[in-house]
Amino acid sequence: MRLLSDSIGRKAVVAVTGLFMVLFVVVHLLGNSTIFAGPDGINAYAEKLHGLGPFVWAFRAFMGVMLCLHVIFAILLTLENRAANPEKYAVKKMLKTTFAGETMIWTGLLLLAFIVYHLLQFTVRVTPDIVLGNDAKNRVDVFTMVFTSFRITPIVLVYVAAMITLFLHLSHGIQSIFQTIGLNNDKTMPQFGALGKVLSALFLVGYSAIPVLILAGILAK
Amino acid sequence: MSAHTSDDKTMSVKLIVWRQKGPNEPGRFETHLAKGITGHHSFLEMLDVVNEDLIKQGKDPIAFDHDCREGICGTCSTVVNGVPHGGQERTTLCQLHMRKFKDGDAIYLEPWRARAFPIIRDLVVDRGALDTLIQAAGYVSCHTGGVPDANAIPISKPDSDYAMDAAECIGCGACVAACPNGAAMLFAGAKVAQFAALPQGQVEAPERVAAMINAMKECGFGNCTNHYECQAACPKGIDVKFIARLNREFHKALFKAKAGAFIPLVEGE
Ligand code: HEM
Ligand code: SF4
Ligand code: FES
Repeated sequence: MRLLSDSIGRKAVVAVTGLFMVLFVVVHLLGNSTIFAGPDGINAYAEKLHGLGPFVWAFRAFMGVMLCLHVIFAILLTLENRAANPEKYAVKKMLKTTFAGETMIWTGLLLLAFIVYHLLQFTVRVTPDIVLGNDAKNRVDVFTMVFTSFRITPIVLVYVAAMITLFLHLSHGIQSIFQTIGLNNDKTMPQFGALGKVLSALFLVGYSAIPVLILAGILAK
Repeated sequence: MSAHTSDDKTMSVKLIVWRQKGPNEPGRFETHLAKGITGHHSFLEMLDVVNEDLIKQGKDPIAFDHDCREGICGTCSTVVNGVPHGGQERTTLCQLHMRKFKDGDAIYLEPWRARAFPIIRDLVVDRGALDTLIQAAGYVSCHTGGVPDANAIPISKPDSDYAMDAAECIGCGACVAACPNGAAMLFAGAKVAQFAALPQGQVEAPERVAAMINAMKECGFGNCTNHYECQAACPKGIDVKFIARLNREFHKALFKAKAGAFIPLVEGE
């Protein structure tokens, strides 16, 4: 029995790496919400983060490993599963599963594309919309950078679409974690299901609020 | 449900049936009319009527699996209109009655489809892979001999109920047929959970999970992605909590690997 080659072991890797990414999604949302406190909020937060130096890089490396493991094993499992069910039914009625559950590999790959774009934009800062500069207190002006990009309608649409994708991925994924790592039973099943739906809806609303409110002119300088 | 008078009326239904002469032959759908069917006919009796007709016409009858016809043996196995066993909750196909259908209905009949279940003929598939799982991990080793005294090994009521719920599985394979990944996790989970709940199952627990997972892979079953289609299709209502139990037993075995069951963490022995 081997963690990386056995069916359940591989699934556990997807679940645990998925769990770490969900935790990251929580922390990242809390960090992002400093933008509601205006330039002073998010610029101060960004400066504090970058002041952590090597910890930032250790953290980034850790999340990178989580993402890579998640993607590799998710793709492997998906390919194995396709191979295990080669002949399709002419008529097949699904009784229990959801659209979100059936599209995990596609929402996952879309998220991967979005993560690459998002990092190039706000971390590497090389997309054409990016405005770089320092604020009055000589900190990197993250607020203006984000604000300028989110005044562009197509960019806001991409972000909202990505957050809908995340909502789908996690509305199946979060409850799935508990089942895969074996913490579930018949009584907790509906509770984990509800937790997954509530959390993923919170992420959808919370993350989308920033670009949407900026585009709508409600969150202004 | 319906009054007797309406069950007595005869009806015709159109069957769109998967026909395949042998394991490596190409298959195709064939349409047959089932005539003179009443609401009292079970689904399999309706197939008997059609087959008698086919035999009279000198044609090959439709091959389908069946044995007890009372919902306990797990032999009947056909996907009806996209649902294994036809979609009546906790009901095997042999216990489904034609009163669930209307005159003129078109009904699709397909075999269980999964890599691990090769088609033998028409609607009959080889479910030997489930026997392989049982041979690999569905037992406890014990000395046989005289009948043990009752209550010599105390087992609590909740534990014995839990094990009995898992033991309700009749090994029909509908869970595999319903699973988009052709996985056997509900069947395997029920077996592992049944033994994990009982004192007799403790000794070989880590070896059992390891053997079960290896056997599932060797038989060509897929991996679970938590769609829970298996439970919805299971004629015995086996709960997916037993899959969580199997996962839990796997993790326990991984961390508590004992001498003899020593298990390397990465690929290779
Ligand atoms: C923000 C990034 C992501 C998060 C937070 C996330 C989270 C999760 C979670 C929690 C699960 C459930 C694990 C389980 O089965 O128990 C999961 C499953 C899955 N993820 Fe992701 N994921 C992310 C990105 C991706 C990416 C980039 C892919 C690309 C291939 C992907 C593909 C999958 C697939 C195919 C599954 C289903 C595996 C299964 O059900 O067995 N995910 N994800
Ligand atoms: S778990 Fe249910 S569907 Fe699967 S083999 Fe057992 S009785 Fe049939
Ligand atoms: S024939 Fe035995 S369960 Fe249906």
